[in-house]
Amino acid sequence: MIPLILIAGLTLATAAVALALRNLIHSALLLIASWAGIAAFYLWAGAEFVAFAQVLVYVGAVSMVVLFAVLLTRRSRDDISVAIDSPARGIAALLTGGAVLGVIFGAIISSPLGAPAAGARPSLSVKELGVQLMGPHAAALLIIGVLLTVALLGAVVIAAGDRADAAERKPEDSP
Amino acid sequence: MNAALLFATTGSVLETLPVTLRDLATGWLPEPLRWLVNSLVGVGTLLAVIGLLFAYLTLAERKILGRIQNRPGPNRTPIPFINLRFFGLAQPFADGVKAITKEDVIPDGADKVLHFLAPVALLAFSIMTLGVIPYGRHLVLLEFDAAVLYFFAAGAATELAVFMAGWASRNKYSLLAAMRALAQLISYELPLLLSVVPAVMLAGSLALPAIVEAQAGWRYGFLPQWHVFTPWGFAGFIIFFISALAESNRSPFDLPEAESELIAGHLTEYSGFKYALFFMAEYFGMCALSGMGVTLFLGGWQAPLPFLEFIPSYVWFGVKLLSLLLVFIWIRATFPRLRIDQLTRFAWKFLVPLALINLGTAAFWSLTSGWSGPLQFVRWAVALALVLVPFTLLGRRLSAGVAPRTYRYAT
Repeated sequence: MIPLILIAGLTLATAAVALALRNLIHSALLLIASWAGIAAFYLWAGAEFVAFAQVLVYVGAVSMVVLFAVLLTRRSRDDISVAIDSPARGIAALLTGGAVLGVIFGAIISSPLGAPAAGARPSLSVKELGVQLMGPHAAALLIIGVLLTVALLGAVVIAAGDRADAAERKPEDSP
Repeated sequence: MNAALLFATTGSVLETLPVTLRDLATGWLPEPLRWLVNSLVGVGTLLAVIGLLFAYLTLAERKILGRIQNRPGPNRTPIPFINLRFFGLAQPFADGVKAITKEDVIPDGADKVLHFLAPVALLAFSIMTLGVIPYGRHLVLLEFDAAVLYFFAAGAATELAVFMAGWASRNKYSLLAAMRALAQLISYELPLLLSVVPAVMLAGSLALPAIVEAQAGWRYGFLPQWHVFTPWGFAGFIIFFISALAESNRSPFDLPEAESELIAGHLTEYSGFKYALFFMAEYFGMCALSGMGVTLFLGGWQAPLPFLEFIPSYVWFGVKLLSLLLVFIWIRATFPRLRIDQLTRFAWKFLVPLALINLGTAAFWSLTSGWSGPLQFVRWAVALALVLVPFTLLGRRLSAGVAPRTYRYAT
């Protein structure tokens, strides 16, 4: 029980400090620490695969998206620190955040969860997980794959733009 | 017959020697404490061995680079008090003392906390990757069911440290170079992971000891069943090795650092021991990726021939690891540095498609494992064609119109 309290405390504390800090880069890094805390929770719960996937995806990849987004949308270094905006915006943010929290919480509460068998911890190997993903849940996996591909293609189309100067390549640009 | 028996017994004694020694030292402890001390002993041994390997790898690199460039390399440092030179074997320790006693300069405008945390995080993550590699039949520190995933998860976190170093220095060169380094690391992570997937697929497990066990035995009595000796494994190993070079910032992909062009990139504002930590993390990462390559493709701790099995498994692992590291150094002395656009183009247009095709080759290889007799030739031929034809076609297509390179101002 003590590890769980430590992990939960660390995750929540880093998330809270991330919200309170005015420096966006520091906030982002603390948010990443919070994601790592969630991975530690998965590890504590015995779900190694999910824990490592969480680190790989969130600490490795999503963190980069967040940091690049912060750096690309700020004009100068002093812009990184954001001042506190009007109280109206704060209240609006609290309301939306609370609404999202309510929806997620309601969904979790109302979804039926099988009561865990007392004593024996269910041991699930990575292989069984893979069989489950490729068998009963293959449709969901495929739909998510298509969705991500479409999002990626959209991002490429938006980012590519039209390059007029692409045709005239200098000799030193050749590989 | 006696000689064979003697070989076999000494072999098995040597094989379990590290574990026996550890149990002798900690056997008298009560159970929970014993587990803790055993783990600490394992971690301490690993850190000592890899640390020493790091120290002498730097010396070996300087010596070998020197030899290749027709100069002797560092050879003046004597062993203290006895004044014996021994080819400059004390050089790494002199370097260590120098790094510790140097002034630690922190820029005035730097983000002090992040500036300090970056090298620490980088080193911590690279040490974490070393934990799961099976160094011998009985020498695995961390046994995870998803060890491969753990390795790459810890490796992916190093990108964060590079960003922290670049941003916290408050130096435009540092930030720009860190961004380039991130572009490189992210680009090459894809072929690295894709080249690993076939090995996982064929072994049917993400656990590294199981992948090593899957490479046991000899095909036709002499060819080890290491993955590198199959068509898909050979292609996968080459892709893995190239990506490993890029992931560990080694030449010819060392342009994040590029000390001759970019004033050392994200390391610009680091000095003294923090710089040494970055250096250490780079070599630890190199050792970890080489160890991973040995485990996934070169048969891990398996002996190459049946009659050589009396040599303990950890010796074989060490030999393979050292040879891979020497290839790293050799490549550094041979190839010139790439440009950033060539680097990313090479990853996305060449390595990623080839790694994806390699997945198909591995699937074919795994589906036809029951073929025997003359069908074996068909199996090899089809798999080889699946590797070589895309390689040739893609290579030709990419270099069409730009190669061979012509020089306008030189002949």
